[in-house]
Amino acid sequence: MLTKRIIPCLDVKNDRVVKGVQFNNLRDCGSPVDRALLYEQQGADEIVILDVAATVEARRARRDTVSNVRAALSIPLTVGGGVASVADVRELLNAGADKVSINTAAVTRPDLIDELAQNFGSQCTVVAIDAIKAGASWVVTSHSGTTRTEIDAIAWAQTVVDRGAGEILLTSWDRDGSKAGYDLEMLEAITRAVNVPVIASGGAATPDDMVQALAAGADAVLAASMFHDNVYTVAAVKSELRTSGCEVRL
Amino acid sequence: MSQSIHIVDTGIANLASVQAAVNRLGSKPALTRDAQVVEQCPYLILPGVGAFGVGLQSLRAYKLIDALLARIERDQPTLAICLGMQILCRASEESPGVSGLGVIEASVTRFQSPRIPQIGWNNVSPTQPEFFESGHAYFANSYRLAAAPSGWNCAIADYDGPFVAALQRGNIVACQFHPEISGAFGMSLLKKWATLKPQEVLPC
Repeated sequence: MLTKRIIPCLDVKNDRVVKGVQFNNLRDCGSPVDRALLYEQQGADEIVILDVAATVEARRARRDTVSNVRAALSIPLTVGGGVASVADVRELLNAGADKVSINTAAVTRPDLIDELAQNFGSQCTVVAIDAIKAGASWVVTSHSGTTRTEIDAIAWAQTVVDRGAGEILLTSWDRDGSKAGYDLEMLEAITRAVNVPVIASGGAATPDDMVQALAAGADAVLAASMFHDNVYTVAAVKSELRTSGCEVRL
Repeated sequence: MSQSIHIVDTGIANLASVQAAVNRLGSKPALTRDAQVVEQCPYLILPGVGAFGVGLQSLRAYKLIDALLARIERDQPTLAICLGMQILCRASEESPGVSGLGVIEASVTRFQSPRIPQIGWNNVSPTQPEFFESGHAYFANSYRLAAAPSGWNCAIADYDGPFVAALQRGNIVACQFHPEISGAFGMSLLKKWATLKPQEVLPC
């Protein structure tokens, strides 16, 4: 049976793990290699690295970060942040990513999704959707939450899957860093609307938040500060999840 | 172990992860597209992600099909990963009309599951105790072998029905999962494969 995945997320800036609310007021949380290995030892199922400062000069740093983490890590590695072309993806795969996540570039040029699926396969193509509540539904934001679009999040999720996305990383931008729990209503709506795995992100503070997200239809749960602040180890979270009846890899 | 392990450079796989795993094994990873090396080197990994037809097309373009068949015929240690395993089969629903290598006498079909691709860690159980161990391995696939072909040791997993997680016959090992990113379980399988005894060959 396929187990539910627990995914620590490393927001990385200039080869350091940082954490803030919605990428503001960033705090230093150590080296990406140390953090990734610590979480692997604790039983993490996958590591996500999101490059927060994906400027041109930061890209070389990102590539080095990915290859250093790859050398040490023996579990899957997903990398995102400022990825805008087939060439960007190839560079990250060559550096050691197993999957690449695109976000803003998918919104501004949706054909990129088709290109990645054709070149590298759907299983490698993750589309990150940052969404915020808008009335009875949710709309997509881009550029790290700074640009609100009029695109309906549910319709967008279906579009990205039709174009070849193999997985959706769904972040509630309202909840990101809030410790208020995942947006379960949005998760339910999106997981019902698509037939690819969905990773829940944004708002996790306790193992119970994760239990609820998995019950709402998520295939995997992502968290950052919960782990970076050493409030919970991945092992502690997994043991609570198992007690609650979730299938996890121990 | 300080020997070289050659990796077929298909150009589309997660080669860096495979190379990193070989390094952690204490061996030296070497990428190759050379037919003679592919045929004769002591240890060869055939990795692969992406579509069945594209994978075969690239092996054909580099003229590696005969070399692969010859080394497998001679039972030279070979590890086929994910799409690499599917390429050893006869055909795939993913690319109708394209012939696989036919080393595994079976055809690959699409999962009938509510969520495709299967992405994540699934429980692998050997049906014979000879080679594989039980444990969780990382999968990322939309297509699979639904039933074990005869003549192979088999390990299975379940994703809305059983499917073939791995096969072994002599020195030939094929995994639907990714041992290179399957933690300690994957490393243990890689280690076991990399200590299989190669046939006597000319140096390459």
